Amino acid sequence: MKKSVFLGALTLAGLAAGTAMAQDSSTLAAVKERGVLKCGVNPGTPGFAAPDASGKFVGFDVDVCRAVAAAIFGDSEAVEYTPLTSAVRFTALASGEVDMLARNTTWTFSRDVDLKNTFVGVNYYDGQGFMVPKDLGVSSAKELSGATVCIETGTTTELNLADYFRVNNMDYEPVPVESFTEAQNQFLAGACDVYTTDASALAASRASFENPEGYVVLPEIISKEPLGPLVRHGDDNWGDVVRWSLNAMIAAEEYGVTSANAAELAKGTDNPEINRLLGVEGELGAMLGLDNAWALNILTQVGNYGESFEKNIGENTPVGLARGLNAQWTEGGLIYSPPFR
Amino acid sequence: MTTAIDTPQDQGFRLSQLIYDTRYRSITIQVIAMLAFMFIAAFLVRNTITNLANLGKEIDFGFLFNPANYDINQRLIEYDSTSTNLRAAMVGLLNTLLVAFMGCILATVVGVVAGVLRLSKNWLISKLMTVYVETFRNIPVVIWIIATMAVLSEALPQPRAFRGETPSASMWLWDSVAVTNRGTYIPAPVWGPGSVFVVLVFLLSLLAIWAFNRYAHRRFEATGQILPKFWINLAILFVPTLLVFFLLGRPIGLDLPALKGFNFQGGTMLRNPMLALWLALSFYTGAFIAEIVRSGILAISKGQSEAAFALGLRPSRTMNLVILPQALRVIIPPLISQFLNLTKNSSLALAVGYQDLRATLGGTTMNNTGRELECMLLMMLIYLVVSLFISSGMNIYNKSVKLKER
Repeated sequence: MKKSVFLGALTLAGLAAGTAMAQDSSTLAAVKERGVLKCGVNPGTPGFAAPDASGKFVGFDVDVCRAVAAAIFGDSEAVEYTPLTSAVRFTALASGEVDMLARNTTWTFSRDVDLKNTFVGVNYYDGQGFMVPKDLGVSSAKELSGATVCIETGTTTELNLADYFRVNNMDYEPVPVESFTEAQNQFLAGACDVYTTDASALAASRASFENPEGYVVLPEIISKEPLGPLVRHGDDNWGDVVRWSLNAMIAAEEYGVTSANAAELAKGTDNPEINRLLGVEGELGAMLGLDNAWALNILTQVGNYGESFEKNIGENTPVGLARGLNAQWTEGGLIYSPPFR
Repeated sequence: MTTAIDTPQDQGFRLSQLIYDTRYRSITIQVIAMLAFMFIAAFLVRNTITNLANLGKEIDFGFLFNPANYDINQRLIEYDSTSTNLRAAMVGLLNTLLVAFMGCILATVVGVVAGVLRLSKNWLISKLMTVYVETFRNIPVVIWIIATMAVLSEALPQPRAFRGETPSASMWLWDSVAVTNRGTYIPAPVWGPGSVFVVLVFLLSLLAIWAFNRYAHRRFEATGQILPKFWINLAILFVPTLLVFFLLGRPIGLDLPALKGFNFQGGTMLRNPMLALWLALSFYTGAFIAEIVRSGILAISKGQSEAAFALGLRPSRTMNLVILPQALRVIIPPLISQFLNLTKNSSLALAVGYQDLRATLGGTTMNNTGRELECMLLMMLIYLVVSLFISSGMNIYNKSVKLKER
């Protein structure tokens, strides 16, 4: 008798749970209904994602979030930012706490395939570098044997570092830290000799130091770090929205569409590619499930890829990064958007 | 003749009795609660499994045997970045156990001293201890950990400061200990040939001390004479060992830390994250233990110490021979839970970059493999087992000190 009650209860529970919720099937519908995009960003990397004086998140990665919001709602401010450390970002994305990540995340095989993420593109081609105080007298990463190295846990840089020192037969003392800011504090206090992370972030953090001249970034770049926005596996439509929002910014720069002239060009041009991008011809927006002026909204409110780059991390900003690999393919870089057709 | 009370006829079992009959009601409620509990549990488990399957992530512990690919700075066992994730978890577990073990010892010492001193008749000392207990108890432990770490890394000199013609920092104790903002370097022993005899003699002297104390105790019981135990113990501990040490030509050397390259090399490095975690956990838990000790002492009736004084015992002997042995019975059970708290609180190590179980298995490994659920379940299991071991060990000790009723 007791046993049958138990089995009965189990069956009942099983049946009920069978109808239980799987995660919502359409992220786009959920975002539209919520009226705000939840975007996971870095808690504070100057130039890429950091709160400005008024506490609003700004930066190169933040602009990707704003572009997606502009494409969906026609309002680039309809974003709720969730600052995430490297250690929790994938869990936050997989659990649905955020809709997308735009948080200088390296596209790797295992993150794409095993961690069930979908990387929708690359918005910054980066590589891992080392920064040391100038008075240490080190000019190459090969001289770093025996050094104490500050490193953010849960990043690809942690793995690259282990590989680099092992392959070159050098030893080091890792000082694991939780966040970018914590790493900076430890480095400035001299608790480590070397700080290693993506070269762009090194430049950004050096720019924020009181005395940037006292520190040098070593010439070695020890890895490929293609950084880009990502969404979780299983919702291709949503992946398309994020992917083509980024591509719209990239293509716009290639065709010379800027925040200043986008509205003018939207009246119609003799370039069919621009016409399709800005929604004058074709139904590209509708195919994504968006308004046909989606790309126009991105460009008028956020600007094209080059504008965002120059505004946040370009050579006239404190971060001061050259375009380098991140120039358009027409100018010898790797930034390339598939055609809008 | 009729009886005053009608015995109700036995009508057999009716369904309404499940609710209205007190004989059955409690069973009904228990069955319903049990069903509800099983329903919720099954719902949660099934929902998790379904959602994981939808994501294409079935529960799989195979990642434990893949290379970990990251380095750990404090290793008690052999480990490098090509070792497996399981090995990394073991290294982390040992680091957890190390800091928990050292923490329990220091916390007990600090707690007993502070607890006894808080009852001192010296106004200044007792108030100082009150201040210690109240500040440490009432500030979250993670803040203590981070604050200690900040003090260690900001206030102490960098290794660089020891360099140059006129260094701004210097080593302590005849150039054998270097205190830096990365860690404290202390000399490490180097075991030369013949050192095994020195160790053997040392162990034998420990045995001799035990035997001597037994003898001294028996003699005291028989004659009432007290031997100068402390000095004799000290002599037995050091004289034979030192004698053998010098006779064999000093087989145990010292590896002194010296500034080479970026850091001090040689000796043993006690890393600042470990020191910060150890000190903060010990002093935080010590404040709770102080209160437990104080309550244990206050629980002993005043008559006991008055009787001891009447017999002519000095205050220190009264405390050691009369009060503490009785107070232990009250102190031990809550002390167990403080040890458990300390062990579990050591998982805050990540805040200062101490690579314990939470930072290896539950941190980097979890992050690199994306196996959140598996890592969390494993960690819960490991902490549970560790805690159960500690509490069963302490329970055995508790049995040995508790009041034996004959």
